This record gives sequence, structure tokens and C-alpha cells, in this order.
Amino acid sequence: MTTQATTSDPAVRVDHLSKRFRLFHERNQSLKQSLLNWRRSSHDDFWALRDVTFDVHRGETFGIIGHNGSGKSTLLKCLTKILEPDEGSVSVTGSVSALLELGAGFHPELSGRENVFLNAAILGVPRRQIVERFDDIVDFSGLAQFIDTPVKNYSSGMFVRLGFAVAINVDPDVLIIDEVLAVGDAEFQAKCGDKIAEFRERGKTIVLVTHSMGDVVRICQRAAWLDHGSIRELGAPNDIADAYLATSHGGRSVHLQDGLRWGTGEVQIDDVEVLGGDLEPVEFARTGDPLAFRVHLSARQAVVGPELVLSLHDIDGRLLSEVSTRAREMHIDQVAGTRTVTLEVDQFPLSEGTYELSAAVRDESGQRELDVRSRMLRFDVLKGKLADGGIVTLPARWTL
Amino acid sequence: MSSARELVARRELLWNLTLRELRGRYKRSLLGWGWSLLNPIAFMLIYTFAFSILLEADPGPGDPSGLKSYALFLMCGLLPWSFFNISVSTAMGGIVANGALVRKVAFPREHLIVSTVLAGLFTLAIELSVLSVALAFAGNVVLTWIPVILAVMVLLAVFSTGLALALAAGNVYFRDLSYLWSIVVQGWFFATPIVYHQSLATDRLADHAVLLRVYNNLPLTVVVRMFRNLMYDLRMPRLLDFAVLSGYALVALMIGWWIFHRVEGRFAEEL
Repeated sequence: MTTQATTSDPAVRVDHLSKRFRLFHERNQSLKQSLLNWRRSSHDDFWALRDVTFDVHRGETFGIIGHNGSGKSTLLKCLTKILEPDEGSVSVTGSVSALLELGAGFHPELSGRENVFLNAAILGVPRRQIVERFDDIVDFSGLAQFIDTPVKNYSSGMFVRLGFAVAINVDPDVLIIDEVLAVGDAEFQAKCGDKIAEFRERGKTIVLVTHSMGDVVRICQRAAWLDHGSIRELGAPNDIADAYLATSHGGRSVHLQDGLRWGTGEVQIDDVEVLGGDLEPVEFARTGDPLAFRVHLSARQAVVGPELVLSLHDIDGRLLSEVSTRAREMHIDQVAGTRTVTLEVDQFPLSEGTYELSAAVRDESGQRELDVRSRMLRFDVLKGKLADGGIVTLPARWTL
Repeated sequence: MSSARELVARRELLWNLTLRELRGRYKRSLLGWGWSLLNPIAFMLIYTFAFSILLEADPGPGDPSGLKSYALFLMCGLLPWSFFNISVSTAMGGIVANGALVRKVAFPREHLIVSTVLAGLFTLAIELSVLSVALAFAGNVVLTWIPVILAVMVLLAVFSTGLALALAAGNVYFRDLSYLWSIVVQGWFFATPIVYHQSLATDRLADHAVLLRVYNNLPLTVVVRMFRNLMYDLRMPRLLDFAVLSGYALVALMIGWWIFHRVEGRFAEEL
């Protein structure tokens, strides 16, 4: 998609922005200390942002990606005027609403209703506008029956939903979204997605910070890659995502340490490898290319007829596919000692992004779990020769 | 984000924060709003017992009202003092206490301070109304003095706001400032003629012209004297007192505002 030639009046203009934090070796946070060692509080300067310049055009959806600690949050806080730049400037035309910290400023003792008005006032929305939209907000949050309950009795999910409902109904000219969007259940997420799409359609400007390359490619018109406080690349989302994935955690699969594992242990899942078409290990997958997952199993005593299940999730935890040996009528006669089982995909259909693999082994009846390793492996998919838009590339061809 | 214009432009926020302060204060407590009256009454009983009964303090009759009641005399000074004390102490912690909000949302930060003072002012108005009823039973009808009382309340609130702005800004950088302040307030309480009549101090300071002048013109001494004049004595305070208090209010506000806005931009990263 091409960006409109409205460079003359960008919605957001970031001009040689730098932000410095002071890292104190020994902070004088009390008057007593300050008086005792006057002027001896030493510190190092840390530039969280260094000479960052970019414009976001009106009506554009602009993505910002980068590793943790690359300065994304600092940049967002400068955009929302929470932090003051040390050098350079940030200017935003029109009203801004930030989905950074949902429900910040809620008072636990006050009811949901009272907090909606309080929160809106903090965000700078006129009262009559909130009165008009109050029903929409409550509807959107799905908390109608709890709206007069003190929010301290809300679950964290309800809390965030109400915060999101207020923030999104502020109807700003510029919407700033942090990746905290992964809130609530699938239904609520879908609602949020719809709302954001509606925003885009109405020509509002969106600045989106995310880890999900899928979102960047799918939603954004342009993207910037922030690295150690500076912009490393700025341009079309596809190129940025490619470049980012090629360097981020080496662009290869990583074995996750924080996944859960349970089961009887009669058969153990020792390892999973990501292989290319030639069944040699690869650094990353490409959409449309052949791909294989090789699972290494082991068992002390022979186990007859186990079932192996591999499942793929996206980074937000949505299940994309679950493939079992049983469903594909593949019978593993037995596992005794070590054994490898390979799942081959002729054309890997998933679009570029980051995915997680889980594996499970069940007994012959499919009832008992012998070893389940959730979120065992994370791997990246880069754009391949054959790649459609959207989440999957269909194994399809056009005919006339 | 640092102009008086914004304070007005975002008055809805100010109002909402004030409501939050008022609603949050007594929610989920047994007596609810009753506390705001119980507290002064408890202090009235304690101080009356300690100073009037044990120490036999005698403030003398109101002039020209002729009213003679230690408890009422005390409350005319104690209520404005409590407002000042509670407002400033609460507001000075306002930025730190709302740290989560300050770090995450952009909005005019002085609203946190001003709203606390406004909430206190509202409470003071209720307390003074109750006191007025009590005074009426004792024969002092303050009804005609209400406009002047309101004016003095506003001046006191402006002075408190200025002081609170400066202290709140300082408290972000030096967290022990609030401890220091509580000590200052202890001394200030007795340096102000609240539990005793000011003549008790002025008589003793008669030979020290400078000290006498300082004592007589301490901000809260002026405030308490004016409230006593209006509610206990039933007469117009001296014009000089109006002038002095207005001066204090203006200077405090200007300095407080200036300090606050010099450091306000860094609050989010200092917290």
C-alpha cells in the first residue's frame, strides 16, 4: 500500500528526539543523604532514545518493532507526553489516546461507573461526550451487571476490559497502542480487533508497538525498527519484518525454558528439530517452502502404539493447527529405546511471524498423557517465494 | 502543560479528582461521612479536657459577642488549622501516591494537588456549617458574616495550594521531606494561637518587638485570628490581616507554581 502524499501535515512528527535517563550509582533519595554528601551523587547517562526522527502521516497505521529495551516504551511515553524529550521534539496534531496502561487511575473503592467518568476525565474527554457514549462503553466492556460494583472486586481481566472500553471510546485522532492488547478472552480480542479496524477505516492515525510480525505486516502501512534507541530501518512492513526476523534471536528456532511439562513419563519427548525440505536442520522456515518437524522420543520400557500430537500456536497463544498421528491414520508400532517421528509439510502455509510448537504423547487409548510439553519450541517464519496476504498461504492455484 | 489556562480547561478532571478524593475518603468505613465530623469533635473533647479543664486556659469572652465557651473558641481556630494541616500533608504526598498514574498517563499534574485541597475545602465548609449551628445555639449568629468567612477560606486554600505544590514537588525528589514536614507542623501548631488565646503569647513577647511582629503575622496566626474575629467575636477582621493573608497566598502560590512546573516534566521518570 502506498502512503498518501500528505507529508506537509503529518499527524505525528518526531524530530531528532533523544531521551536520557540517569542511572544513579547511589541515589540520594532523602534530604538527609543529600545534605550529608552534597553533590556527590554520581550517575551515568543512558540514552534510551538517540536522534530518532520519523513522521506518521494522517490516516496511516505505523508499526514500531524492536527488542525489549530498544526504547519502544520510552518512545511511546514521549509521544503521549508522559516523558519530556531531552533533545529534539515530538508534536502530535489532534487528540491522542494511548492504550498503554489500561485502567491506570481507576480508584479501587469506586464503582465501575464512577471510574469510567474519572478515567475519561483523566484522558481529557468532556463529560457530556462520556454521558453520550456511556452505554457503548459498558456494552463494549461486557460488564453491564458489574458496573456499580467497586472495581477492586473486578478480576484483572474485567479491569483491563473496562479500561480498554474507555480508552477506545475516547475517539482520538491519533491512537497509540502498546502490545498490551493481548487482553481478555478470544471474543474480547476479536472485538478489539474490529474496533481498531474501524478506526483505520475512518481514517484515524494509529501507532502500534508490537512483537508480532504478523500484525506489522497485516495492519501497518509503514514500520520502523528501533534498535538500541535509534531507528535501524524504516520502510515497508515486509522489509522491516524480514530484516528484523533475520537478526532477532538469530532468526532461528529457540527451545523455550518456560513451557509447561507433565505426563507419566513412560514415553519422553526429548527434542524437536525444525528441518528443511532436504531434512537438514534449518535456521528458520519460509512460507510456501517444504518444512518438517522431527520429534525425538525415548522410552525405558517398550510402549506399544502411542499417539503423537503436534500443535502450532501463534505468539498470542491462538491454536492454529493440531496434527495427531491417529487422525492421519499413522500408527507408531512401538517406542522402545529411542525413536524419531517426522511430520513433513510440503508447502508450509503460515505467513511470516513467530510461532510456537507444543508436542504431546498419549497412550494407545488416547486417554493417558505420557508426556506433554507445551510451548516447547519457538520458531520464526520469513516471507518465502510463495506468500499470500493474511495468516495462511493456501495450497491453491488459479485457473481460467 | 503548565499554564493556569489548562487548570481551567481541564476543570472536569479537577472536579472528578476532587470527587474521587471525597468519595474514596470515607468509603467502606463504618460511619462514612460521620468520620469527617467525629474527628473534629474528638479533638474538641480532648483539647478542651487538656487545656480548659486541666490547664485552666481561659480565652476570655468574645468581643463584642460576649460568648464564653472554650470549646467553641477552640473550634474556630482548630477547624481552619486542620484543613491546612491535612490538605498540605495529603497533597504533598499526592504525586508519589499517584505514582502509577503519573508514570502512565499524561495529564496536568497540579490537578492532583489542587483537587486534594478542594476536597479539604469542601470538608471544611461542612465542618464550619456544623460549628455555625453550634455557635447559634450559644447565641452567636454568624449568618451575616458568611461572605467574609468564604473569602478567608479561599485565601487560606490558595496559600495551602501554593505550599502543597512546592512540597509535593520536593517530595518526589526527597521522600523524607514528609517526615520533616510533620515535625514542622507539630511546632507550628503550638506557635499558632489555636488552643490558647493569642494574648497569652503576645503578653510574653511584649519586650521583643521583632519576635512579636513575626508571631503576630505568621500565616496561620493571621488565619486563626480572622476566623475567631468572624465567628467567635462577631466582628470584621482588621484590614491589615486581609492584606497580609492575601500577600501570603499570592506569594506562596507563585513560588509553589514556579517550583512545581520547573520539575513537573521529570516526575514520570523520578518516581
